[in-house]
Amino acid sequence: MSDAITRIHLSNGLLVLLKEIHTAPIISHWIWYRVGSRNEIPGYTGISHWVEHMQFKGTPQFPAGVLDREISRQGGYWNAFTHLDWTTYFETLPVDKIDLALRLEADRMTNSLFTEEDVASERTVIISERQGNENEPLFRLSEEVQAAAFRVSPYHHEVIGDMVDLYHIQRDDLYQHYRRYYVPNNAVLAVAGDFDTPAMLERIRKLYEPIPAGEVPPSPNRPEPEQNGERRVTVEGPGDTTYVQVSYHAPAASDPDFYPYTVLDSLLTGPNNLNLFGGGISNKTSRLYEALVDRELAVSISGGLQATIDPFLHTILTIPHPQRSPDEVLAALDEEILRLHQEQPSPDDLARAVKQARALFAYGSESITNQAYWLGFSEMFASYDWFLTYLDNLAAVTPEDIQRVAQKYLRPQNRVVGIYRPVENGAVPE
Amino acid sequence: MNTAASNSKHSLPGPDDITRVELPNGITVLSRAASSSQTVVISGYVRAGALSDPDEKLGLADFTAAALMRGTERRSFSEIYDALESSGASLGISAGVHTTSFHGKALGEDLDLLLQLLFEALSQPVFPPQQVERLRSQILTGLAIRAQDTGEMASLAFDRIVFAGHPYGRPQDGLPETVSRITREDLVAFHRSSFGPKGMVIAVVGAVDPGQAVEKVAAVLGSWENPDQDEPPALPPVRELNGTVEEKVTLPGKSQADIILGALGPERRSADYMAASLGNNILGQFGMMGRIGQSVREKAGLAYYASSSLAAGLGPGVWYVSAGVDPANVPRAIDLIRAEIRRFVSEKVSPEELQDSQENYIGRLPLSLESNAGVASALVKLERYQLGLDYYRNYEQMVRSVTPEDILETARRYLDPDRLAVAIAGP
Repeated sequence: MSDAITRIHLSNGLLVLLKEIHTAPIISHWIWYRVGSRNEIPGYTGISHWVEHMQFKGTPQFPAGVLDREISRQGGYWNAFTHLDWTTYFETLPVDKIDLALRLEADRMTNSLFTEEDVASERTVIISERQGNENEPLFRLSEEVQAAAFRVSPYHHEVIGDMVDLYHIQRDDLYQHYRRYYVPNNAVLAVAGDFDTPAMLERIRKLYEPIPAGEVPPSPNRPEPEQNGERRVTVEGPGDTTYVQVSYHAPAASDPDFYPYTVLDSLLTGPNNLNLFGGGISNKTSRLYEALVDRELAVSISGGLQATIDPFLHTILTIPHPQRSPDEVLAALDEEILRLHQEQPSPDDLARAVKQARALFAYGSESITNQAYWLGFSEMFASYDWFLTYLDNLAAVTPEDIQRVAQKYLRPQNRVVGIYRPVENGAVPE
Repeated sequence: MNTAASNSKHSLPGPDDITRVELPNGITVLSRAASSSQTVVISGYVRAGALSDPDEKLGLADFTAAALMRGTERRSFSEIYDALESSGASLGISAGVHTTSFHGKALGEDLDLLLQLLFEALSQPVFPPQQVERLRSQILTGLAIRAQDTGEMASLAFDRIVFAGHPYGRPQDGLPETVSRITREDLVAFHRSSFGPKGMVIAVVGAVDPGQAVEKVAAVLGSWENPDQDEPPALPPVRELNGTVEEKVTLPGKSQADIILGALGPERRSADYMAASLGNNILGQFGMMGRIGQSVREKAGLAYYASSSLAAGLGPGVWYVSAGVDPANVPRAIDLIRAEIRRFVSEKVSPEELQDSQENYIGRLPLSLESNAGVASALVKLERYQLGLDYYRNYEQMVRSVTPEDILETARRYLDPDRLAVAIAGP
């Protein structure tokens, strides 16, 4: 499969990436905005995600209902995601219907209505979404761990936002957030699939180039100071199951340490799957599975690292065996981490991690939607070159790199340990 | 854009490009070429499912399926997973009500390994005692997590009502007390009586020529025999509800309640299926979750999710609406949903609504066949429900032939707003 792509800036600053793929009669269209929970301040947490919801409420040209009806009529699928650093909207459609996505996204970059009535009904929908999240012990735990890990950085709060802000945010707040961040020079358009590049580019210019550039919003600049000492949080709630989450401050995606850290994560809890479409593989021969699950200290283990603009978290999540305590699990985990500090992994261990990453890449490339996702996603924290050189960079990682990165990041002083403790009848003290 | 050229290159699967071979021992092999792929997917099932579980040992089929890869005559647990994970491959086996399904994927070069591991797991598991106990702890933890999941608990309660007295009403992954009772000998006995090549189906799609795929499957699985393999148990009849039956599961400390309302639905092979499916799409799927989404989410702002589903399989299916709402809004949401069901069985859907859903079905078919996994799953479905190799070629015509009258008649056969199973799980 050819890696040739077209990558150009339009006159209004919109970055466009195009990749022709002729294996299926499908085109996937993604528009990415550089705005997410990272761009939010206290009092307005969750506003980026709420704006994303409002983008489905219609424009004069595509009123609500017409929008999703048009896409669905073509058999397409579409969705949107808001994350720490970005918000994205995609449509995957049969090849002859893609113009609809182009027109729709160009239109709602500037023309969404944000009526008071829609804001009111969406407020309760989002509160319901948050309540659904709160039903999950793992959401409750991870929200507290993240808050404990970031005192200064806007990565402090969950993307969905705090309940108090979901009651407080008003229509004009939402609209201003939209107008400020949804400008072509703060966006990336990525299209992959069965098209001819010159014709596609011409159509994109016609639809998107008339949209004037805006003022580029400033990037938040509140880096998290170094953590100097382990932090612990406990969350109590209903259930019979204890969960332990250990999160280390990790390097940003553009940091050279990110590659050895990715291999390290793979050794500890199995390969990290950065694909949005295309599942991962099992992790039953990873070091922590062997140390915790095979030794019956825990019943499950998983872990992962995210590609983000600022340093975020490397998280290890485990469910202790019903007859074991969180401290026993943590002691065994620390033993494995100490081994990484003391002994370099074998070249075979590294080669295996690289083959796993290669396989995950191959699975991800089966889907045109996933390939289009990578075109834009990689631009959110680095550039498409990051994606193209990713496997080579992983292959270049040495056993010395792994040891150095383990010593640098996998320290108690650099982590938050979170424990979810089930309590009788869910009787959480008010 | 180059539409004409594209469509001729990528036709839908049909008798002329699906390879289907029955091996002498009873295994059906399906394949279709996917020349541009570097990876390969296997997918299929054997005829062993939770339907055979004794009431006091519910979860037996589920436990057995999960234990198959915990050790075989040739390899230990760690050797099995070392072989898979070193190659970046994956293989999973899990039980359903009628069958135990498997899904695997690998780089093209590792197909032989994948087939070999599948063969060993299905035909030569040894159920090492230590692994069985380890797995039991994992299953019990899974059940404890399930007991705290409002969606899962509402779903179990719904099945209890709608399938009262029928094996479909039982939780196929069991209950803590039944899973605790299952012995290693039970796993061995269930495996011996239920797992065999008769009725097994396997689809292989991706970086392998279909002819070669069949040869490879035959070489590895063609010699498998099990003279003790039982015939699948017969399915008892189901009873319809006489009135609305409601069950509330209380889960203290939760923020949101999940609700499910519905009734029995058609079997997958029923003549009603296509009309019911298109009708369901109008009721609670199309666009932003159809009429239900429009009423409960868009207009009333009551729920993040509110949609309808039609689950149709080898036996009677279910047709239901589900939503997650603020506990204070449960009665209001149920009223809105019931009103939509009432409208759905009282008046015909509009020609525009039907046309929207027909276009949606026809347009999304090629998208669902984009990946190897999508094609493999489509081939397995053809076989499971005996739809015929020309099913996808005739699909558009089948979809277009459904009328608003068909949908109304079908909806009335299955849904009655005054005779519903209503399950609620929340604080």
